[in-house]
Parts: sequence; C-alpha cells; structure tokens
Amino acid sequence: MNLLIKLWRSSIGKKWLVALTGLALLGFVVAHLLGNLQMFSGAEKINAYAEFLKANEKPLWLARIGLLICFVTHILATLSLVRMNRAARPDAYALKRSVQAKISTRTMALSGLTVLSFVAFHLAHYTLRITDARFKVEAEGGLLTSAHDVYHMVIMGFQNPLISSFYILSVGLLSLHLSHGISSVFQTLGLETKKSAIWMPKAATLIALLLFTGYASIPAAVLSGLLK
Amino acid sequence: MNLHLKVWRQKNAATKGALVSYEARNIPEDCSFLEMLDLVNEDLLSRGEEPIAFDHDCREGICGMCSLTINGIPHGTSDTTTCQLYMRKFKDGQTIYIEPFRASAFPLLRDLSVNRSAFDRIQQAGGFISAHVGAAPDGNAILVPKTDADHAMEAAACIGCGACAAACPNASAMLFVGAKVTHLASLPQGQPERERRALAMVRRMDAEGFGNCSNYLECEAVCPAEIPALVIGQLNRDYAHALVKESL
Ligand code: HEM
Ligand code: SF4
Ligand code: FES
Repeated sequence: MNLLIKLWRSSIGKKWLVALTGLALLGFVVAHLLGNLQMFSGAEKINAYAEFLKANEKPLWLARIGLLICFVTHILATLSLVRMNRAARPDAYALKRSVQAKISTRTMALSGLTVLSFVAFHLAHYTLRITDARFKVEAEGGLLTSAHDVYHMVIMGFQNPLISSFYILSVGLLSLHLSHGISSVFQTLGLETKKSAIWMPKAATLIALLLFTGYASIPAAVLSGLLK
Repeated sequence: MNLHLKVWRQKNAATKGALVSYEARNIPEDCSFLEMLDLVNEDLLSRGEEPIAFDHDCREGICGMCSLTINGIPHGTSDTTTCQLYMRKFKDGQTIYIEPFRASAFPLLRDLSVNRSAFDRIQQAGGFISAHVGAAPDGNAILVPKTDADHAMEAAACIGCGACAAACPNASAMLFVGAKVTHLASLPQGQPERERRALAMVRRMDAEGFGNCSNYLECEAVCPAEIPALVIGQLNRDYAHALVKESL
C-alpha cells in the first residue's frame, strides 16, 4: 500500500503504473483476439467457447475486476501525467519543430480516449446487449437460439456497415496506441538496451499491425459476406 | 549575408512578451550565432534601443550556458550548442525565429535569457559523491571494466544546457537527470549512495515542475553531448528499485 501511494505520488512511479497496467491490458487484448478468431472456425466452436467462459463464473469475474482496476488506473494515471506535462510548458513556442517524435507518440491521449469510448460502446453492444433488440433469445422477442449464440449475434452486429466501420476505426487507433505503447513499456521499465532500442519500435509496429489485422478481419469478413 | 530575425522580447517574467522583427545586415558567414546577435545588439545600441538579452559564457561548447530555440529547435541544429552554430548553416535572406528555452521550471529573466538554476538544485539534491575521494588515484587502483567506464563517460558528457527539457513537448528533464544518475551509477564510487541519489534527484525534478518522459525522444535528438535516451531507462529502473527498497 505504502509503495502504491509512493508510486502514485511521483512522476516516474506513475509511469510505472501506466506501463504495468498497459502490459496487463495488452495481455487481455491478445487473449481476446485469440478467442475471437474462433469466429472463423464456425458457430459451434465460438459458442462453446462463450459457454465455457460463462460457466466459470468465479475466474471470469476475477479477471473482469482485475481488468477494470488496470483500465481505470491506466486512464487516471495517464490523464494525471498529461496534466502535469501540460503544466510544465505553460507558454507554447511560437514556432516548434519536432526532430524525431512519431505520430503515434503524439496522439497517445487521443487514441487512448477513442479506445475508451469504443470500450464503452463495445460492452453495451455485445456484453450487456442493450443496443440491439435482436440480441435476445427468441423467448424474449430476440433472434438468438440461445444466450450463448455469440456467433449469430456478431454476424448480425457487423452486418451494419456503420458499426463495422466504427469497430475497424477503433481497433486501428488501438493499434496506433500500441505501436508506441509496446516499445515504450520497455523504456519505462528500464529494460531497453542499445540493440533493442533499434529493433523494438519496429517489432512494436509489427505486433500492432498483426493485432489490427486480426481484429479488423472479423467485421471485414462479415461485411464482405465471407462469414454469415 | 542578410537575415530577417523574429526575436522574442520580454521585459521580465511579469510582463507579456512578443516576437519582434529585426533585420540583420551584412553578417559574415563565419560568425557564430551568438556573434551575429552581438552585431545586431551593437546596431540596436547605436540607435539607442535596448539590446537583446541572451545567455552565453564559454562560447566554445563546453559550459552549457548558451541557449535559444532557433527555428523551433533548441540550439538550432541537432549536433551543437548555439555558440558552435555558424551562420553558414543558414541561407541568405532566411527568416529565423529566436525564442527562449520554454519550461515553467526555467522562468524567463529577460528576452531570451532564462533561469536554469532548477538543474543546479537537482544536481545539489544528489548528483554527487559525499565521501572525500582525494586526489586522482593511481591508475588501476580501483578496477573499472572498460564498458562501465565508457558508459559513465558517455553520460558524464552532459553539460547541463537544458536543451533536452526545452525540446521535450512535456518539458521533461529526464535526459539530464538520467545522464547524472547513469554517470555515477556506472562507477564503483557511485554505488553507496546510488539509491538515495536516484530518489532525491527525481523528487527534486518533480518539485521543480518539470514534466516527465513520454518517449518522444526529442531530447536525444537535440542534445549537443549526444546523451542517449537509454539513460532515461536506467533512471526509471534505478528509481523504481530504490522506491521499492525504501517502502519495504
Ligand atoms: C481507454 C483509455 C486509454 C487511455 C486514455 C490511454 C492513455 C494512454 C496514454 C496517454 C499513454 C501515454 C503515457 C505517457 O507515456 O505519458 C498510454 C500509454 C500506454 N497505453 Fe494506454 N490508454 C488507454 C487504453 C489502453 C489500452 C486498452 C491498452 C492496452 C491494450 C493500453 C496500453 C498502453 C501501453 C502499453 C502504454 C505505454 C506505457 C509506457 O509508456 O510505458 N492503453 N496510454
Ligand atoms: S542531457 Fe544533453 S541536452 Fe540535456 S542538459 Fe545534458 S547536455 Fe544538455
Ligand atoms: S556558451 Fe558555453 S556552451 Fe555555448
């Protein structure tokens, strides 16, 4: 507890909290993608996976609470850092040129906040299922054969091009966030070396691109009729 | 050569400043940037106007006193101090913006001159070795592996100029603090106070109102001493290590 308070009260400590929670969130983003890609193995596979998750209530809620704590800590710490950093340069330069700062680095708060609004919608959409009347079992007036019929829910959801584009845009911005974040974590945790400083940004971009391709492939496959 | 200058003029921290245009005429190409400003100031004085205040001392690239953000980049180029920047790097007829180093921790004194004592106070908080080490020791009396010596030497090259904080979008001083911490942490003499040093210097850095690193790496790009951003990683690690030990 003492350590947590001390971390929160110092600039570098807060950076550690951002990095550690960012890593945990990245772990979730990877695992979630692997789960979702089962869409391509057919309805039975992914529906069984959904049922399996729901059947393990305790671990599921433990993971959810853990993720929520990480998410909230990550956001509060970064917003506090952003505020400190703005205050450190109250008078802007009339002319400022950057030499090597990347777009992804300069848009971390923006890409992060888009992810936040996306996560809110995503939870309302597919977890709480309050945005679409069809995402209920037939007995309740919906179109799903069972509460675990995730497959058809996702297909119906992504057949709406507006929703699909919002998902693709959001995972695009998440990937941008991670293309900076993944290499940044190693610097924040002091693990970077002369050699890794050269290849790490490239590796981070590659991982971010892979994540984007994976996530975007599902709405894209539904829109193009590949999945139905 | 002739140049159009846009220079930040400000009487003191309490008054508002603004960019003022000046024409610099007949400037020899072999002038340093500071000598160019000297010529402009002589011209201003001869016309009974206030000369432009700017910081300088050694004029040979070792003291770190000269500053200036030139066309949006501290020291104007990515490899020298302002005193070592020569006018031949500019084009005849070019417009040059000249602003002070901007950071709330570097309060403006007048025009282009800012107070960088915050760096001295960070240094005084822990950037030293308390034990009296006497005169230079005999060669090889204390064995230091070559790689460690190189590492320390690389970090020790920091001249405390403040360009890193001026270039950073967050006005972070972490390249400077990282250099100081890495320098002593790489040598046997620096070990006994290693943790205390990291804690004290970072706390002072925060108290002075500097921002913190978001890994833009602008500092590394403008540092005249070529301090690598890796020292920030070392600072992060040493600080966290010390904080954990202090808390347990
Ligand atoms: C939802 C809202 C989010 C916001 C507002 C947000 C904001 C930020 C900001 C501003 C930074 C930069 C901090 C700095 O270096 O100064 C950052 C870093 C980072 N974020 Fe996020 N983020 C969000 C979500 C996420 C998610 C979902 C993930 C993971 C999948 C993530 C992973 C990371 C990582 C790995 C870093 C790098 C940490 C470091 O520099 O060491 N973020 N975030
Ligand atoms: S790290 Fe480089 S830019 Fe920063 S104060 Fe030292 S010499 Fe100047
Ligand atoms: S005046 Fe000393 S380094 Fe420029």
